Amino acid sequence: MTASGSGERLPAALRTEALEQLLTERGLIDPKVMDGLITEYETNVGPLNGAKVVARAWTDPEYRRRLLDDGTAAIKELGFMGRQGEHIVVVENTATTHNVVVCTLCSCYPWPVLGLPPSWYKDPAYRARMVKEPRTVLSEMGLELPDGVRIIVRDSTSEVRWLVLPERPAGTEHLSEEQLVPLVTREAMVGVAKVKAP
Amino acid sequence: MGGTEGWGPAHPPRGDEPVFEKPWQGRAFALTMLSIGVSGRNADAFRHAQERLDRAGYLDDGYFGRWLNAAELMLTDSAILAPAAIDARARNLRGEHVDEPPVPEPARPRYAPTAGGSLRAVDTAPAFAIGERVRARDMSPPGHTRLPGYARGHTGVVELIQPAAVLPDTNAHFQGENPQHVYSVRFDSRELWGADAEPFAVTAELFETYLEKVS
Repeated sequence: MTASGSGERLPAALRTEALEQLLTERGLIDPKVMDGLITEYETNVGPLNGAKVVARAWTDPEYRRRLLDDGTAAIKELGFMGRQGEHIVVVENTATTHNVVVCTLCSCYPWPVLGLPPSWYKDPAYRARMVKEPRTVLSEMGLELPDGVRIIVRDSTSEVRWLVLPERPAGTEHLSEEQLVPLVTREAMVGVAKVKAP
Repeated sequence: MGGTEGWGPAHPPRGDEPVFEKPWQGRAFALTMLSIGVSGRNADAFRHAQERLDRAGYLDDGYFGRWLNAAELMLTDSAILAPAAIDARARNLRGEHVDEPPVPEPARPRYAPTAGGSLRAVDTAPAFAIGERVRARDMSPPGHTRLPGYARGHTGVVELIQPAAVLPDTNAHFQGENPQHVYSVRFDSRELWGADAEPFAVTAELFETYLEKVS
């Protein structure tokens, strides 16, 4: 197929197994390191990290100020850093301004706070259309924004990564930071949904 | 892909989506991450490898299939693997008996990063100021670039100056890091797509040499 140029397209799962064998038998990679990477992104690095950042910002005004001022440093305060998180800029969604993040060139995404990107983010329709008709795309994804809301699309074209600080929903004033965390979805932190009160 | 047609509707999010739908996707993810180092390349070369795939290689096996194919390309570019090595091994794994190509003499690029990551200090002051109107150059350089096609030739306003970083256009080809100032430039939708466009703004991070002054 791609590099080999042969006719039949072999299944990706089989080709993956073949590549793993070829590199392992020559000692070029260690399967244990592979297992560690997979476990890390399946269990440790995911949108729960970002939800903790958001819940902290909703309940601690000083943290919120630091987060909007220097996202990378404020996120690091909670222990989140690493691959695809060299420089994270946090932008706030309000009743009148709505930020939404895309990567039209590949699928750049703030891994330390959101984990690996979900399928809808990697979808060609999302990547192609978000910079051309965001209101229509958001509507197809289930988010209807009032006409007066100003939309700003953040196309991640460099190593800068964007995280959306969603609006805290009305009716959650009595909830603690810990109770707020499970309300915050990765969709809200990319800007394709709002956080809903429980 | 920005602004291109023919992709159909966007998909509503599924709350219960696993990180890896199938086990091979996790293996392909980890293999690709490690193959960048094994092939002596970098993240920019990895992105360029994805861009060089044919349409089937880019799309047909989804995101992790694209990673796998880009890993193969990087490994064959650096002569860690022979071009047909993966397919030959895959056929043998499913019970065929085909000859596998000999292991080639590795030819990794002569390249070493000057530091970890992509952020670098730059001695010169930024050429553009926050609030300044700038134009994205109307250029189509050969090879890798992070200047999106839809912005080329269009005028926007500098919203933020981001930390200086390695220029992907040269770093992807091991022609030097050329660190530059990076600007978040805000474009109005009507400037990009015409008077009938939905009203909104797009920002993109653009390297200094992608931009020119607006007289």
